[in-house]
Amino acid sequence: MQWVLPAAGPASAGLASPFKTVFGHTFMHQLAIAGGSEKPLLSLHDINMTFGGVKALRNVSFDVRPGEVHCLAGENGCGKSTLIKIITGVYRPADGASIEYDGETYSHMSPVTAHDRGIQVIWQDLALFPEMSVAENIAFQTVLGRWPKLVDYGRMRKIATEALERLGITLDVDLPLKEYAIAQRQIVAIARALVGEAKLVFMDEPTASLTQSETDHLLDIVRGLSAAAVAVVFVSHRLAEVLEISSRITVLRDGALVGVYPAAGMTQSRITELMTGKIFDQQVRAKSRQDQPVVLEVKGLSRPGQFDDISLTVRRGETLGITGLLGAGRTELAQTLFGMLQPAAGTIMLDGKPVRFSSNRDAIKAGVAYLSEDRLSLGLIQPQSISDNLVISSLGKVASGGFLSDERKRKLVAGWIADLGVKIGLQGDAISTLSGGNQQRIAIAKWLATDPKLLILDAPTVGVDVGARAGIFDIVAKLADAGLAIILISDEVPEVYFNADRVLHMAQGRMIGSYDPRSASLAEIEGAVYA
Amino acid sequence: MTRLSDRLKAWFGPEMAGPGLALVAVILVFGLASPQFLSAATFGSVAFQLPELGLLTLAMLLPILTGGLNLAVTFTANIAGLTLAWVLQANGGADAGAGAFALGCILAVMVGAASGVVMGLVIAFTRAHPILVSLSMMIFLRGLGEFLTRGGDVSGFPAFIGPLGHGSIAGIPVPLIVFIVCVLAWHVLLTRTKLGFNTYMIGSNLEATRYSGINTRKVIVLVYTLSGAMCAIAGIIMLARFNSVRIGHGESYLLITVLACFLGGVNPFGGFGRVIPVFVALVVLQLLSSGLNLIGANQHLATAVWGLLLVGVMVLRFAASKFKISFVRKGT
Repeated sequence: MQWVLPAAGPASAGLASPFKTVFGHTFMHQLAIAGGSEKPLLSLHDINMTFGGVKALRNVSFDVRPGEVHCLAGENGCGKSTLIKIITGVYRPADGASIEYDGETYSHMSPVTAHDRGIQVIWQDLALFPEMSVAENIAFQTVLGRWPKLVDYGRMRKIATEALERLGITLDVDLPLKEYAIAQRQIVAIARALVGEAKLVFMDEPTASLTQSETDHLLDIVRGLSAAAVAVVFVSHRLAEVLEISSRITVLRDGALVGVYPAAGMTQSRITELMTGKIFDQQVRAKSRQDQPVVLEVKGLSRPGQFDDISLTVRRGETLGITGLLGAGRTELAQTLFGMLQPAAGTIMLDGKPVRFSSNRDAIKAGVAYLSEDRLSLGLIQPQSISDNLVISSLGKVASGGFLSDERKRKLVAGWIADLGVKIGLQGDAISTLSGGNQQRIAIAKWLATDPKLLILDAPTVGVDVGARAGIFDIVAKLADAGLAIILISDEVPEVYFNADRVLHMAQGRMIGSYDPRSASLAEIEGAVYA
Repeated sequence: MTRLSDRLKAWFGPEMAGPGLALVAVILVFGLASPQFLSAATFGSVAFQLPELGLLTLAMLLPILTGGLNLAVTFTANIAGLTLAWVLQANGGADAGAGAFALGCILAVMVGAASGVVMGLVIAFTRAHPILVSLSMMIFLRGLGEFLTRGGDVSGFPAFIGPLGHGSIAGIPVPLIVFIVCVLAWHVLLTRTKLGFNTYMIGSNLEATRYSGINTRKVIVLVYTLSGAMCAIAGIIMLARFNSVRIGHGESYLLITVLACFLGGVNPFGGFGRVIPVFVALVVLQLLSSGLNLIGANQHLATAVWGLLLVGVMVLRFAASKFKISFVRKGT
């Protein structure tokens, strides 16, 4: 019972039992009370943050009241994660910032202070230890601090079991975490946060990989926390959830505060408008490419447990969008087309001829290029230079007489940098010094240098500033017009809707829907994908 | 001033700062401490001692650049040396001809390369850690060598091999010539070939390199093969210098080769490092031990001072990077 409960405070008033019982429906009016105008638990002012010349946050202020569910909304790259990292002490904001939390004022937080004062974060990747047991994952921090510093497994299991009980969940605390599915791991992460006497819990995209019923259960848990006077800041771009769960919504766009709004009276389309600012200026770019020859034809492609019976075609100059939730098998499909995974059944045909890739080297030779969704660890070699990253897949072009030529390399790199409008310092600078958008342009140039017929873009705007995304899609549109066949994979439905000629919906390894953006509406596709 | 330092940096790379400063410091200190230090005799002794350690260090350098390690360098060198010795013995020992010597050298290099191929294949295909793989190879080679030689020396070679260890051409010691040729070969390999390029990329991020369409397994196998072949060259030079081979020769060099790489600015996690700064670092280590010898210090003390120097360089490098970061922060 360590995290329950401050004796006073409106949200917890009258709450005598652990909140398993609160999972009835009495908490709704308590939520409403929590939205009153009391003194905030957390209040930030004048938060500025700059990364490598990119302003991640500009004069942002933000406040959370005790026990409320507060939603932090905004597109990828709007600064949500940066703001959370400032509150939890991972980043230090620029001078002049003020962070008031629970009666004290800080100019910056430290991870230890944040943790000790009851601020907990459940990151999207959960930051758990898959090889360790559920009990160890939940309770290791509480056991570590005590003297003598010996691990008391009995106590650890007791703490873990109690924490799970409070959430109304039964798990075998001795099993390694990897035995459990993502939804249960999420709950383990929540349980761990609660053991640390949390007053303020951040949840970063907690529903991104959950099914609807798992999501509903998670939302119940969040309500329970709120009823027990734990404030929850919920980060999600599933707007239906946001409206269902939160009392107030703070919207960020492009590193700046748009405003704070009560959830009551808000609509999904209004939030979208606030988040994106200009989504309604975006034009559907789809064109018919039916007269063009087929570049890629896939029939009945399967890999057990990852995707099943996938058939699709991409024509010259066509951009095929594939969307779906995380874990739908999109990336596995892309990696199979790129020769990094082998299909168990089905055929891949390029320019009408069946191909069989034993590695991605075969695929690259045949004209397939794959921009990885994970730019940091797979797409680019971060510590190495801009120029080396750009030429790595087309070294043959910078060699003369068997030896690499610095002169040829410099010219090739300068050519691409000019073509794609990349802003760099020196060619020899580490690629990690560039902003996300410029890094992504180099990654695209790296693949264009291999003269591909088919370019697979897997989540090309992850970690790219909102302002720079349009630039990336302008490049994609130009490449398509020049005849490149493109597969655009994204879990952001609007991205594929506005930038692809056709949109396929992938779920649990299957293609379950096909849309033409010229006739379908964005809401229709979003409805199907986020259902 | 800045322009000059920029140009130097462009020429030698940032790795050069550490060994360059150490070189100047060593020459200054010992030049002042002992009038005989700046003499032909000192440089002669350095020139003869440098190649053994130097060739083994080159053999260590390539695996380190890929983020690995080859702990079998000294035993690979001696197994290769033994191969040459046995070929010479089988062909008349002290009376063996130049043909036998040539055959022996070719076989020695093949044996060295074979040890590298095995390590490379295991590392590339099983993803086992290079430290464990090369440690296993080191123990295997030591055991094999001790078994075949019963722990003793193999000697009795034809007289014409002597100059390879002791002779000079135009005043330059032959081993030094061999070493410098190998340094240049490694320099060209690393700066001008696809293999060298890929070696650096793998050292920074193997998976991203594989995603870029590079055959990373092939690169790793080649890197360890070349490392093994370079060990064999070191083994041949050691054979000629000592006029004998024993499986334990030069055992103490093993960890010094790792540290010489780090002193030369090679990133211990791979991906960054150049040959020329490593060469300068080796010269510094030899000058240091010759200088200490000259002022009458014990040989073992020299080894201790090597250790201190390396620790000092690490600390200075850390301090320099801290300073640079705070400087940049203030600048922005």
